[in-house]
Amino acid sequence: MSLEGRNITVAYDRRIAVADVTLSLKRGEITAIIGPNGAGKSTLLRTLNGQLPQSSGAVLLDGEPIERLNRRSISRRIAVVAQEAELRFPVTVLEFVLGGRFAWATHSGWGWETDQDLHIAEAVLRETELSDLSARLMSELSGGERQRALMARALATEAPILLLDEPTANLDLSHQATLLSLVRARCDQHRAAALVVTHDINLASEFADNILLMKQGRTVHSGRPEQVLTPEILHDIFEIRVLVDAHPVTGGPRITPVHEPISVNRGPGSV
Amino acid sequence: MNRVTFRKTIVACATLAAVLLLAIVLMSLLGSEPLPVRASLCALASFGTNRCGLTQDQFDILFQIRLPRILLAAAVGGSLATAGAGYQALLRNPLAEPYLLGISNGAAVGTMIALVFFGSIEWTRPILAFSGALLATLAVYRLARGRAGATPERLILAGVIVTTFLSSVIVFVTVLMDATRIRSFTFWLLGDLSGASKALLPVTIAVAIAGALALTLHARSLNLLMLGERDAFDLGVEVGRVRIVVFLVASLLVGSSVAASGSVGYVGLVVPHLARLSLGSDNRITVPAAALGGALFVIVADTVARTVIAPRELPVGAITALIGAPLFIYLLRRA
Repeated sequence: MSLEGRNITVAYDRRIAVADVTLSLKRGEITAIIGPNGAGKSTLLRTLNGQLPQSSGAVLLDGEPIERLNRRSISRRIAVVAQEAELRFPVTVLEFVLGGRFAWATHSGWGWETDQDLHIAEAVLRETELSDLSARLMSELSGGERQRALMARALATEAPILLLDEPTANLDLSHQATLLSLVRARCDQHRAAALVVTHDINLASEFADNILLMKQGRTVHSGRPEQVLTPEILHDIFEIRVLVDAHPVTGGPRITPVHEPISVNRGPGSV
Repeated sequence: MNRVTFRKTIVACATLAAVLLLAIVLMSLLGSEPLPVRASLCALASFGTNRCGLTQDQFDILFQIRLPRILLAAAVGGSLATAGAGYQALLRNPLAEPYLLGISNGAAVGTMIALVFFGSIEWTRPILAFSGALLATLAVYRLARGRAGATPERLILAGVIVTTFLSSVIVFVTVLMDATRIRSFTFWLLGDLSGASKALLPVTIAVAIAGALALTLHARSLNLLMLGERDAFDLGVEVGRVRIVVFLVASLLVGSSVAASGSVGYVGLVVPHLARLSLGSDNRITVPAAALGGALFVIVADTVARTVIAPRELPVGAITALIGAPLFIYLLRRA
């Protein structure tokens, strides 16, 4: 099981969204991608999943170019947690999570979930603390509960590769940590590999084994959190001054942005 | 709502099929000309091989007029309800409906072109109606689809644009017709089963059954498609292929039913909604239940249309709209 991107470049029309990015997800490890808005993080994730075609370079899933694989065989190996689902139809939490078993069905169209599918769905509902809500409608859940249901559905696919696009965006503090702990557990216990796009540098620092810093479509830096989360590198990426000290509990890097008052730049010649 | 299982689906569909059969028999006894109940039932049970004491006139009314019309109503209702369920999954919106989106109008334009230019060749009607429906579907899809799927506002606006545009095309084609046909034509536009064509009846029935089966066989993919194309893709649905299947099948269903009976409105809205309300949103049960329920709905509506002011008749579309429009308002307020 491996997912690798080699010199991926993605262009929309003429605009280059991702430029010459190479990365390889390792089993048992969480890789975080951080970078400013528009850095190409989500585009990279969508390309690794085979949804967006790369203009050059290659995405290899278990050594095979991803565009040669059919959707169901990809979905058995790669699960995606994106932002919220559309919910215009009444769907229960259990039905929603069972959607994660689609790629395993022998008949893709009218197949029915097996006892094993149900068993797996119930297990991930317990893991995500949603068991009590399984008969509720998705539309009745809070934003955080919904995000957990998305996570549960991704876990139900049993895919060894998890791609998460800002999975903690709607979550409160405690659920942010719970969610990433779930990802951590998958990596530790099931030897899964995870790629997390996030804006939360401290969360990335705490949970990621590797961090990829992107700016304007390129990976500018990559390495262990303590290697790349330095004031210089973060200033280079975000153009903001940050303080980095040791987290009092974990000992990892802790980032605090320093907000300076906006100074009004007067051009030369102005009085 | 309990989870939908194979067993629950079979029980629901078998029940609906039994009620449908019962309705076909009962409604064939109702009409402006009363028929003796026992003899009619006997003749129906023998599939028309035995007259069971009916007079030739009564026998003809039963087998040449009422039964074909009821079967056509069933085929049209089943087709439109199935197409509605398909469009709703495709556009990710429970308000999608072939009549309200202008797709029926597309099929009507196709049918009219066939009537005006190839009047004597009946089979050109469903083919051109299908082409018209397909083009209208593509137009609505392109207009309605935003980044977040078709929002209710976008969807309805797209429907209004396509409907009004095609309505003016219909006016243009109507001008090309001779004046004597315009009245029957206006009825047909509102959805009218009285002009049932015997030649097209088997085609309409076959399309209804094949279309309902085809969408049912994609139901699990449609379940995921309803929650967003991107999610469906991530979970393993061949989104592009399923989309084409729904496009083609739904257009075919609308095309064949409009060619046979004009634009019967709201069936595709009312019936899938009732199916979801009573059985849940799982398309594995919604699609076949909508097909059977749609058949039932239009049979009953048409019986009302031809008996309520007998011996005069209303177009069936007037009845379905009377029921459908208030429901549409209710759904819109909830959306």
